[in-house]
Amino acid sequence: MSDQNRGTVKVVNGRYRVSGNFHYAFPNEPIRDETGKLLGVTNPADITHIHSYGGEAPFFENLSQQKLLGTKCANPKCDAHQSIFIPYRIHCPDCLMRNVEVDLTELARTGATVHTFMITERTGAFNTLELPIRFVNVEFEGVSTILMGYLSVGEPKIGMQVVPIFQTKNPTYTIMDLSWVPSGTAAEDLPAGFSF
Amino acid sequence: MIKFSKQQLKIPKMSKPVYLVTGGMSKFDRAIPEKRTEELVIDAFLEAAEFIKKTPEELKSYIHSCYYGHFADHFGAQLLGEAVIHDRLGLDPLGNVGVKTGGATGGSTIWEAYKAVASGYSDTVLAMGWERMDEVPTDEGNHYIASAADKDWETPMGHIYTGYYAVMAQKYWQVFGKQEESFRRTLAEIAVKNKGYARMNPHAQSPMKITVEDVLNSPIVAHPLRALDCCLMSVGASCVILADEKTAYELSDNPLLLYTSAGSHTLRVADRRDMDIPLLPNETAEQYKDLGKRFPGGDRYPGFTGFLAARMAAYYAYGMAGIVDPTEDLDLVELHDAFTISDIQTYEDVGIRPYGEGRTYVESGDCFHTNPFTGLPGKLPANLSGGLIGNMHAVGATGIMQVVEVAQHIWGRWGEMHSDEAKWKRFNRVKPDDWTNLQVVGAKRGMAISHAGVGSHVTATILVHPDHQLKGRA
Repeated sequence: MSDQNRGTVKVVNGRYRVSGNFHYAFPNEPIRDETGKLLGVTNPADITHIHSYGGEAPFFENLSQQKLLGTKCANPKCDAHQSIFIPYRIHCPDCLMRNVEVDLTELARTGATVHTFMITERTGAFNTLELPIRFVNVEFEGVSTILMGYLSVGEPKIGMQVVPIFQTKNPTYTIMDLSWVPSGTAAEDLPAGFSF
Repeated sequence: MIKFSKQQLKIPKMSKPVYLVTGGMSKFDRAIPEKRTEELVIDAFLEAAEFIKKTPEELKSYIHSCYYGHFADHFGAQLLGEAVIHDRLGLDPLGNVGVKTGGATGGSTIWEAYKAVASGYSDTVLAMGWERMDEVPTDEGNHYIASAADKDWETPMGHIYTGYYAVMAQKYWQVFGKQEESFRRTLAEIAVKNKGYARMNPHAQSPMKITVEDVLNSPIVAHPLRALDCCLMSVGASCVILADEKTAYELSDNPLLLYTSAGSHTLRVADRRDMDIPLLPNETAEQYKDLGKRFPGGDRYPGFTGFLAARMAAYYAYGMAGIVDPTEDLDLVELHDAFTISDIQTYEDVGIRPYGEGRTYVESGDCFHTNPFTGLPGKLPANLSGGLIGNMHAVGATGIMQVVEVAQHIWGRWGEMHSDEAKWKRFNRVKPDDWTNLQVVGAKRGMAISHAGVGSHVTATILVHPDHQLKGRA
């Protein structure tokens, strides 16, 4: 729906300051069977949510800066000391101390492989990815977790080396700004708006 | 966590035994435009009352608190839907609480109800589950379901939950299935079986007489999964009544002992860390030493191929009921067959087969009502209801439906509850000419596994006939 007055949000003095429309009301319609008997009504709704990334915000901010950030447990007393996490975990899942940030960009460029994958033509509503979708679950050397993402070029295979690409032009500031391509992919083959 | 303390591995010991008294179900279908959710819930309740020859008023007079399983407020666009149901059942002003754990909501609802009786808070409780998945078209339904994945890290990717499962299916298919055509056919057998059993169930949404070829030729959802490998999206309700010993025998002359446990694991599969396999009573560490050698790539546990939550739920429940070997000690199971491949994964998680060997449960014929190779009763029949693939997946009701189904076998009343001509007619369904009674003859013990997300929550409910309790129970 095109609307110049779609809602936007700023934070001023720690408070949300909203402007524009955050919801739209539409008239409902009756639902009838073949005989014309009333069974119910449609309930249209269009609502925009205001969602904070909280402590994960640096991860999403940095994608468009071509940086892949993870975190690490820095508590020497914890069993998970030095464990590296991506998805970015704000707190260690074992000791609950605040993790330290680690830049995984170089590691992702040299030591990332496909743990598993899937290819599908089906999506739910609101999908923005081109079909067929190719999910890849990316394993990094020395990292204790396996990151989910999507492959933008080529066909996925378990064990294949992949490199990250980032949406630097018109970033969405969501996980969709990060994608993966097979190692050795040429820059001109990247989707529009993405770079290594 | 990937290591467990002694306290965390304690086998639950309840203060008093808990009994299943009765249960009931509504019709299940993709859409039920002619009924409100409240009407379906009342249908399930009336069936439960009638089953023990009580009027609804009589049964209600025993209920002291209520546990309501309803996964997604989104679907019905009604927050606090539990309060609506509670009022329509005329159970105000009794205490009630809503339970939601995704696909395991039904099982978790029984878990809460069970603890309420075991603690002495209530002598009799109602556990009722429902889902209304027909308020949105299928693609929006898929978006809502995908909203149960991590909304920042996963949901934006395709808004399709099947995809988040499919990456696990792909890994299992390549590592343990070795991409063998024979393994693919084994997966298809599960769908053929469950769709076929659904034909004998008047409640079932998707009864089908199909072949392995039909499954293999159905549209691809995400390789290797095809449309007929996947569970349904449903509307419907189911309920059980649990009670302490004294009340249970007042309400019924044949209540069953019930044990429920729960486990969990990370919502994002991404966050699973490598760990040792927690062992069940019928396993040894020795047998898994060469797992990675036998199945290259299969040495990471649980990796993308196991469900730690199911393993933990089974560990607790087996300890509670005294089960050593589920294939020997149980007479039937209802498993959460969200997808044919996750069904096979679950055989291993709950110890019906060792890790890596799940397929043999199907290939041996053990999982069938009648073993197709021997013509004798299957050793441990699975999903005679039709499961999630053939019967329904009205999320909040699913785990409760499974328990009702298992119980009807132990009560020896499965045939009665599924053959009734009036019921087939009431549900506007045609009873097949070759209708077969799937009653497991002499069933004494059974189990239902309720499962959420990509293994985020799993419950195990074990039913035992009081005359056939196991020695090693807690």
